[in-house]
Formats: sequence, C-alpha cells, structure tokens
Amino acid sequence: MPEQMKMIQCVVNGRKETLCVDVRESLLDMLRNRLGLTSVKKGCEVGECGACTVILDGETIDSCIYLAAWADGREITTLEGLLGPNGELTRIQEAFLEEGAVQCGFCTPGFILSAEVLLRRGEKLSREMIRKHMAGNLCRCTGYENIVNAVEKVNRERNE
Amino acid sequence: MYDLEGYWEAGTVEEAVQLLEDHPAAKIICGGSDVLIKIREGKLAGTGLVSIRGIPLLQKVTLKENGDLYIGAAMTFSHLTSHPLIRRLVPVLGEAVDQVGGPQVRNIGTIGGNICNGAVSADSAPTVFSLECRLRIEGKAGVRFSDMKSFYLGPGRVNLAQGEVLTHIVVPREKYEGYAGHYIKYSMRNAMDIATLSCSTVCKIDLKKNVLEDVKMTFGVAAAVPLRVPKTEEALKGQPLREELYGLAAGLVRQEINPRDSWRASRAFRLQIGGEIAARSLREAVLRARAQEEVRLRGPKQQEKVQIEAEQTGQQQEIMQPESDQHRKEVR
Amino acid sequence: MVVGKSVPRVDGYEKVTGRAMFTADLAPGNCLVAKVYHASIANGRVTAIDTSQAEQIEGVVKVVTFQDVPKISYPTPGHPWSVETAHQDRADRRLLTGRIRYYGDDIAAVVAENEVAASRALRAIKVTYEEYEPCINPREAMKGTKPPVQEECPDNILAKSEYEIGSADQALAQAAIVVEGKYETSIVQHCHIEPPVSYAYMDKGRIVVVTSTQIPHIVKRVIGQALGIPWGQVRVIKPYIGGGFGNKQDVLYEPLNAFLTTQVGGRPVKLELTREETFANTRTRHKIYYDLKMGLDAQGHIVARDMLAVSNQGGYASHGHAIAANGATSWRHLYQVPNVRARAYTVYTNTPVGGAMRGYGIPQYAFAAEAITDDAAVKAGMDPYDFRMENIQKGYFADPWLKPIAANTNGVAECMEKGAAYIQWKEKRKKYAGQTGNIRRGVGMAIFSYKTGVWPISLEIAGARMVLQQDGSVTLMVGATEIGQGADTVFTQMTAETLNISMEKIHIQTVQDTDVTPFDTGAYASRQTFVTGTAVRECAEKLKEKILEYAKELLWERRRALQTSARETEEVPGADGGTAPDSASWLPADLCDGCIVNAAGDVLLALEELAQESYYSLRHSSAITAEVSEQVKKNSLSFGATFAEIEVDIALGKIRVLDIINVHDSGRLINPRLARMQVHGGMSMGLGYGLAEQLLLDEKTGRVLNGNLLDYKLPTMMDTPDLTAGFVELEDPVGPYGNKALGEPPAISPAPALRNALLHATGVAVNEIPLSPQRLIAAFEKAGLLSASVGNGSEGKKEDGADV
Repeated sequence: MPEQMKMIQCVVNGRKETLCVDVRESLLDMLRNRLGLTSVKKGCEVGECGACTVILDGETIDSCIYLAAWADGREITTLEGLLGPNGELTRIQEAFLEEGAVQCGFCTPGFILSAEVLLRRGEKLSREMIRKHMAGNLCRCTGYENIVNAVEKVNRERNE
Repeated sequence: MYDLEGYWEAGTVEEAVQLLEDHPAAKIICGGSDVLIKIREGKLAGTGLVSIRGIPLLQKVTLKENGDLYIGAAMTFSHLTSHPLIRRLVPVLGEAVDQVGGPQVRNIGTIGGNICNGAVSADSAPTVFSLECRLRIEGKAGVRFSDMKSFYLGPGRVNLAQGEVLTHIVVPREKYEGYAGHYIKYSMRNAMDIATLSCSTVCKIDLKKNVLEDVKMTFGVAAAVPLRVPKTEEALKGQPLREELYGLAAGLVRQEINPRDSWRASRAFRLQIGGEIAARSLREAVLRARAQEEVRLRGPKQQEKVQIEAEQTGQQQEIMQPESDQHRKEVR
Repeated sequence: MVVGKSVPRVDGYEKVTGRAMFTADLAPGNCLVAKVYHASIANGRVTAIDTSQAEQIEGVVKVVTFQDVPKISYPTPGHPWSVETAHQDRADRRLLTGRIRYYGDDIAAVVAENEVAASRALRAIKVTYEEYEPCINPREAMKGTKPPVQEECPDNILAKSEYEIGSADQALAQAAIVVEGKYETSIVQHCHIEPPVSYAYMDKGRIVVVTSTQIPHIVKRVIGQALGIPWGQVRVIKPYIGGGFGNKQDVLYEPLNAFLTTQVGGRPVKLELTREETFANTRTRHKIYYDLKMGLDAQGHIVARDMLAVSNQGGYASHGHAIAANGATSWRHLYQVPNVRARAYTVYTNTPVGGAMRGYGIPQYAFAAEAITDDAAVKAGMDPYDFRMENIQKGYFADPWLKPIAANTNGVAECMEKGAAYIQWKEKRKKYAGQTGNIRRGVGMAIFSYKTGVWPISLEIAGARMVLQQDGSVTLMVGATEIGQGADTVFTQMTAETLNISMEKIHIQTVQDTDVTPFDTGAYASRQTFVTGTAVRECAEKLKEKILEYAKELLWERRRALQTSARETEEVPGADGGTAPDSASWLPADLCDGCIVNAAGDVLLALEELAQESYYSLRHSSAITAEVSEQVKKNSLSFGATFAEIEVDIALGKIRVLDIINVHDSGRLINPRLARMQVHGGMSMGLGYGLAEQLLLDEKTGRVLNGNLLDYKLPTMMDTPDLTAGFVELEDPVGPYGNKALGEPPAISPAPALRNALLHATGVAVNEIPLSPQRLIAAFEKAGLLSASVGNGSEGKKEDGADV
C-alpha cells in the first residue's frame, strides 16, 4: 500500500514527542526503532511473554500488540524512564539486585515495569496477589522465586 | 510491523459504520489482541482496519432507568472487572474476564472484541450466555438487538455484517436481579492460558423452600459455539439444595455436552472435567445466591455475619483480596 | 576473600536498567531483514520451486533457495571439534535443503528491506513436493523407512552404544524381586525468552556475525565449515544473551545468516527467529523411551539393572547420540549394583531436531531411573528413602571406564538427609498413607549424579587473559560466556580471590569477540566454573607472579637508588638472596588487598603505583599481562536430591505442588546467592518438565501443534510454587576453588520426585511425563479412582483427603 503515516503526540518517559509513525508500526517498533528505547524487548510478538511490557497511562500493556498510532495523546513509560536524573535506581530496581531476581536480564525490564505498577497501588500484597498481577511476564531463568521476593520486600517496606 | 492495507480511526459509531461501508474489505479493530495476532499469522495479512477503540461511548458502563445494564463493547477486561456497577450487579462477569490471559492483555483486550472474535474459548462468553445478555448492534439500517445464541454462528464466525458495529452488551435487569453466578475456567495453567473447558452457572434459589429456583449453565469449548445445557437446567430447577444436587448436575452435563477430540484435549477428558466443573460451579453459585438471599431477608444488621460466612466458603479465592474488599464495601 | 560470598552480580545494574545491549539492540538501523521459507511437509523432496513472484515484491532484495547454497554438509553441535575423523560430529546439514526431513525444514530464504516485504515474499514462493510418509516414532523408524531420513543411515540408527558389567540377565534370573517398567519422556523446548537472533555483515572482506550464542568460537568454526571458507574469514561477536539452556549451544541460523550477507554485497542482514520458529526449527530436548529392569535380593539390595533406551533424534544429528549415551553412563553411577547393562539407540525420525538442553540426557534418564527405583521400593515393601539409602554409593567411587570421572566428594546421603528433614519425610509418608476422597496428598523424592564438564569424552579447553591496567585495576577476558547464569560474576570473584584485590578493581569483558577474547568452547555441561575457573585461576596466578617479579625489580631499583644517593655500593639483588634479614624485608612476597607485601605481610608498594611504573617507567616499561589456554583433564561428579509434597485433585486431574526443595552437593559454592538462583531456575524447569510441558506433534503430518508460548505450557508465575534450595558444601579436591557442576543439575530430579509423590498420594504409577491432567484422568479412571469422587472436593476444602 502507499505508505500511510500518522502524526502522533505522546509523552514518553516524561518527554513530549511528536512523531510521524507508519500506521503499520507496533508501539514496540516505535519505541525501539524511532526512540532507541531498547529496554523494550521482543520475545514473542503476540502478547504471550511480557518482555515488551510498557506502562501506558498507568497500566501495563504488551507493546507488541498495540499500534503505534494508538499512542496519540498517551503517556508511556519504559524502563529507561524509571531512572533518576543521575542514573539512580528506583527501590524496586534495587530490590531486584538485592534479592537476585535477575539472571539473563532479557525479561527483567518487563518484570520491573509490572512490579512498579503493582507497587504503586500501595496496598499490602500477598505472594499470591503478586503472582496474579505479574503472571503476564514469563521468565525461564529464575523460577520467579526471587522476583516475588523482591516485590514482596518493597511492598513490605512501604506498608510498615 | 503489521501487514496492513489501510488504517482508519472512527470517533463515533456512525463514523465507524461509514468507514466500513467505504472500505468493504476492512475489519474492525478494537483492543487488537486478537486481530493483530491474526494479521501477524498471515490469516488477515494485508487487511484494512477500522479502529473503534477511540469511541468514547463504547468505553462506558451505564445503568439505564429500567435497570438494564449497558456495557460498552470497547471496555477493556481490567476496567470491566474493577467497574463498580459490574462488581455490584454482575460480579461473575468481572471475575470471568479477570481470567483472560495476563494483566497486560486484560488492559488491552475488550469484551466486545472477545465476543465478536467468535472463539468458543472466550472467557466472557459462557457468562454472557448464562446472563442471557442481548447485543446492541448498530449499522447503516439502524440499531438491532441480537440474543447470544443467534450471534454465534460457528468457530470464529459471528452474525455481524460488514458495516455493523457491536456497541453494547446489555444485561437485562430481570436476568441479573436475584441471581448469583460463578465461572470456572479449566485450563492447563493458572494464567496466560485459554480455557480447555469452561462453565458459567447463574442461579437463583428459594431459601424458604430450600430449592434451586432457576439455573442457567453455559460451557465454553464443549461444542463449536458456547453451549447452554437446557435439559440439565430443566432437570435441576426445583431440586432441593442438598449434596446430591451436585452429583446430579455432573451426570446430566456429561450427557448433554458434546465436546470433540482435539490435540488440546480428548472428548473423554472433557466429559470428565465438564461434569466436575459443572458441579463445582453450581455449588459455588448456590453458596453465593444463598449468601445474597440471606442478606436480603435478614436485613442490614446481619450482613456482616453473612459476609464472613461467604468468605469461609472459599468463594473469594477466585478474585484478588483487595478487590473483594472493595466489593464488600459496595455490597454494604 | 570473595569466593564463597554472595556478592552482587557484576552485570546487575545494566540489566535492571535495561542498558544491557542484546543482539537485536545492536543491529544497525539499515539492516536488511531475512526470513526463512519452511517446508509444509515432514518428509519428501522439493520437485519445483518458483520464486519469481516473490522477487517482484517491492522491497525484496534477494531470494535464495537450496539450489543456490554451497554443496557442503556441516555439523552443528556445540562440541569441540575432533581432529580424529572417526570422532567428528555428523555433518548432515546444508544451509538450505531440497530434501525435507522434518516439518518446517529450511528450503529458501528471503532478504528484504523490511519485515512486511519479507513476509509477503515468503507467501509468494511456490513449492511443489514429492511426499513420503513421515515417521515420527523412533521405534518404528529403526525398523527402516523408505527412503531413510538421512541417506548415510539406512536403518535410521544414528548411533548405538552398549556395555555390561557382570551379567544382568543372570542376576535378574536369580533375583528375589524383579521390577520392570516402560518409561517415556516428552519433547520439550528451552524457551529462553530471547529468541535466537543474529545479524551479519562484511568488513574488509571478512564476515562478521553478531549472535545470541553460548559458543562463539564454535559458531566461527562451523560458519567456516558450512560456507567452505577459511575459518579466519569469520568473526563472531556475542553480546548479552537472553538465555540459552543448551539451545544456543548449537549452531542455529548463523551460517545461513553469514551466507546471506555475502549474497547482498556484505550489507548487514538480520535474521531474527519468531517464537514459532524457535519451537519448530531450532532444537528440542530428545524424547527418550526406556525399558528398564531391576533385580533385588530378598534384603532389598539391588543386584541388577538393565536399560534399553531409544532416543528420538529428529531429522538432523545435532548433538546426536551423546544425549542418550550420557544417560546410559549415569545408569552405572550413584547406586551400588554388581550387574549393570545398558543399550542405547539414537534414531533419526521426521520430527524437530533434538539437541542439548540443560542436563544433557540426564533429566530423561533420571525420570525413568528414579521412577523404577520407587517402583522397586514399593515392590520390596520398603520406604523409598530407606531403599535408596541402603543402595546408594557412599563415599568415593569412580567410573570403571571413563577415567577420571569420579565422586571425588560424595554428598548424596547428606543431600537426602537434609531434604528429608525439610519435607518431614517420615511423618508425611505415614500421615498420607491410605487416603480416600478426592483430594489427596503425597511426598516423593528423587536423586541424581552429574558430571562436571565433558572430559574424557570430549576435549576441555579454556582461555583467560588478564591485563594490569594503568591504575592497578585488572581487565579480565575469557572465551567462556555469560548467559545469565552469573559466569562473569564468579570469574570476577575468582580473579579477585587469587590476586587478593577488591572485586571493584576487576573489569570483565562481557562481550565475546572471537577476534579478541581467548579461545574457550563456551557455556555448556556445567563446565565453566570448573574448567574456565581453572584457566582463570592459572591466569591470575601467572599475573601475580609477573607483578611480584616486576615489584622485585622496581623495589630493588629504588633501594639501589637510595643507597647510591647515600654513596654506598651493593651487589645486585639476589646475591644476598633474601637470606639477610634486611633484604628479606624488602622482597615482595605476595599481594594483599591491592598492595604488594613482604613475607611478614608488611605493605611494600601499592599495586596502583606499580602499575603506573609498569606503563611509564623510563627505565623499564612493559605492561603486565598474562594469558593462559588450559586443557583440563579432570571431572568430578556432583550430586543432589529433590523432595516434593503435592496435593492431587483427582476429579480434575490436577497436581498442586505444596512444597519442594532441591538439595545439592556442588562442592564449594563460589557465590551462594547465584547458586540458589541457578537452583530455582532449574527447579522451575524441572517442574514444567514433570507437570506440563510437551511439544506436541501431529501424528500424521509431523507438524508442531503447539509451537507458541500460549499453547506450550511453560510455567507462569501462578504455576510456580515457592522454591527452596539447600546445599551440602563439600570442598572438592579437583575443582579450582573446591567447586563442581551446578548449572544444569537443578533441572534433573524434580520431575521424578513429583511422579513419585503422585504414586504416594494415589497409588497410581504414571510412567510418562508430563503428568498432564489428561494423562492423569486416564490413569485415575483405569485405577478406578474417578467413581469415588463426584463433583466434590472444591478448592475450599483442601484438607479433606489429607486428614485421614
């Protein structure tokens, strides 16, 4: 087809972006290829692994099955957007390190964003609740044990 | 990058209808979690898309004056689950769609898409059938309403003509008031899975007579389309509420459903599971109906106690605790 | 001392910030996209192929078919190459093929400007086939097929092996109790979350391939072999990789990718597999069929064991018979058995290709072996724990033929004790006996032994290079690969330990580049801490020696300068040889905490100062470096056990894991936290193997039915219970830091432990994994358990059956 483009405006990691996107692009394509946000990983392209998770208007979504055109007017956070101005880690990132929740690191960005959204809810979380709300991210290295531990640790700190 | 031949966004239902008329080969896209996957697979490669996800009217749940509940087709699963009206009036539907895939997909996928996709495994379908919902469909010719049975034509096929848009799933007042329900999704995993078999039971009990007054039971993946079991329902109506009821339900269901052998599961296996989840889903629905009735009969003072009893039955396990906490508040 | 400490990962910050760059993150923006055309039959021959329409599609740069590739067959496994022709890996693959050996075989490839054009081109390729009946069962295939799957193997038997100790038949004939069983595992897939991906381009006439691999140096060699070019014409770079588990211990599409860049004038070409291709077209874990026999004497001692194993290889050899043979070798370890026989066959079929996967044949073998061990205990009327304790090899033992494989330390009994205590074995075996009702509980166990590395079956070689930097820090390069297991962290710890400087001063090179990093065969066989660890230790010792040598020269020089300025004269150092008390005190003896110290431990010089001198001294500047390439001719057996408690919902055919522990004897732990992480991951993989995972094939067509992450039941967070890891830390005498294998072992014993727990809970022996609901329902029905429970035992009544 003749290339069909759409002008969109969105906020990505706190920065206003005006982009001309190909309507065939997924949000994953846009973030990686146009904005160089390579923490957003491609693991399955069909919303089954969660490696491409981003936060969109406060909710996690799989950016592989979301058209870039739909990002118009939206606010998006990728893992790059969690860091402080001097590269400071957020508490959940630190906890992932402390608890040993990271092995190959490929699924890690998606997990941290899912954890971030879950922890923002502020409520006290049981391990089962953590599992339910993070079940959209697959990991083959860790058996999830230390990922649950990391989320539980931060949640406990915040509810003490 | 998806293989598309054209993409258009509709701001209103009328626009969507017009766009579909103008582009007869274009498909509707709403959440995208099914359509985009089919495009990637090649099944729909090169299609045009009309996006209806931005239509504000379709993203609302409203209670009409007559008590009918209008659920916008573009409501995402997660928004539906957390919506106060859904929690208060048809919690079983919110719980059912809370079992779709994982959190990210529930934030993208919509109930309208789930139904129009025509998949027999759709998590919303059995409950929408058991609640005897009606579908509000808008087209060039105006508005029409469809019942569920005539909408589902076969695997992946629904009765929606080019140029028509499903706008609302309507739960009529008389279909939810006084009823309680329970949905069981039987799948190989506890998340990120599709149903091997599913069952949604909606029932009403007569507490004074201690009988099952009314029951509606629908299975997913037990036939080519979501399957109500009228014979079983008829046989169960009026039955006393005692332990034998559940064994009876299991046996009847095994005679009525007609699952097929597939690589996902054998017919014999699905028959065993079908009877079992029918019994368990009925048991839970009855418990919920009982709790609901007791609240109604005893009045507000007794409500707290009833809630505790309801909790002890284990019915809260299917949903997340904080959500059920809020749910309790709303019930009060 | 940093060895033995749970120091944080050296790559942790990069990974929790998303800054770690994986292959696809590095591909240049102007990369062309390559896609492969896969066969839609499992067995046959391409009679015609028409690419003319595909070539017309806008954006398509090049289409190549099997007719265009070099007529060279090459091997793919990530083994060290053998210089002896007889021991070389089977070379049975072409870059593309017209002879279809499994559903999805590679026929053609498209290079295009973008994905959409490439996909459209694939759909436009027209292929006609001459079809043959596919054969997906090795027991059928070994009777012969027409034509054979691979022409060089007319009976489809890729290889067989056989051994006997004593006389199994005779001992079985005389045994008081004989137990027999048929056991079967399923095809499973690695499911690393990063699919295989590479990109290739040409630079100064050479081919550069950046790829997600565990074995960069082997990939380099195989690309050279496959393209028929000098191996030095190939450079392979391995960035961060998103898991491998053995799948990336095979050369996958790198040779094709390398070929494709040569077909488009050296422009960069990216070949990124889809998840579906990862399932169907990379490697899988072999499905193996076992016929086992065990004979016991009247006291419950094992007198004989007999094994017949038939392994399904699929269409190409890959790692081939090494997998089944590894299990056959294990059959003569762990238990004291006077009469042992094993016969193992590996058979070509028309199925996806079996390769290396975490545990290399031992997860399959251990499922069967530990299942029959429980069956034997039941038949002997013994508790399975006591039965094992009675029959295991305690203390040192050695393989009768493959020297020096030996239990240099043997903690299997301690692992059992620790695991049994954790799960409360005796109490629960008693408590859960004779249950009725729909919900039942059980406890089960399994044990294993596992080699460390591949010596003496194959070569073990590792390289390390260290450079003392200008500020006294040390850069470390190894050819071994970090694939998520924490290798870079433990190599850093080892270097810090031996050089006695802080970890922050050690900078490891994460990216392997075959032009730069030393030779090592890569990440597999749980070998790296053991084999590469030996190289790292040697290299650090060498560097230390050089530092001390330079320190001695420098200190002597300074001393002489001092003395000269005091107008004294003295002979050259060495004349007083350190015997005089004054000279001994200036002589450098060791490194301590980043300083050079004398024999008494007094600080003589900061390493930083020495380093600067070594680079900029006008008298003698020479950067201090060390490099080793070590052949390691050692092998220690590691051990472990799984104990699991489960709850079975009979009417729904579901198993819930209530508690599970793995206890490992992997020698001394270099980093206990990383070790626990390895154990968790392996346990989860073992749980999936035992309960849910299987790659399903259509019986008629051989097509993969569930090659995606929705239909292939990889455990999610909601399917994974809390995992407990325990260790028995015995200092291994041959491991470089007292350590032995840990990476793969955790994946071995969970599946049989679950199967044995099910046997305890229900009395039903299920001899195939996974223990999927459909399989359980059929088994329960056969055992008459289903009629006992109608519509009862809802989730709310979990205690029902348990409180008998």
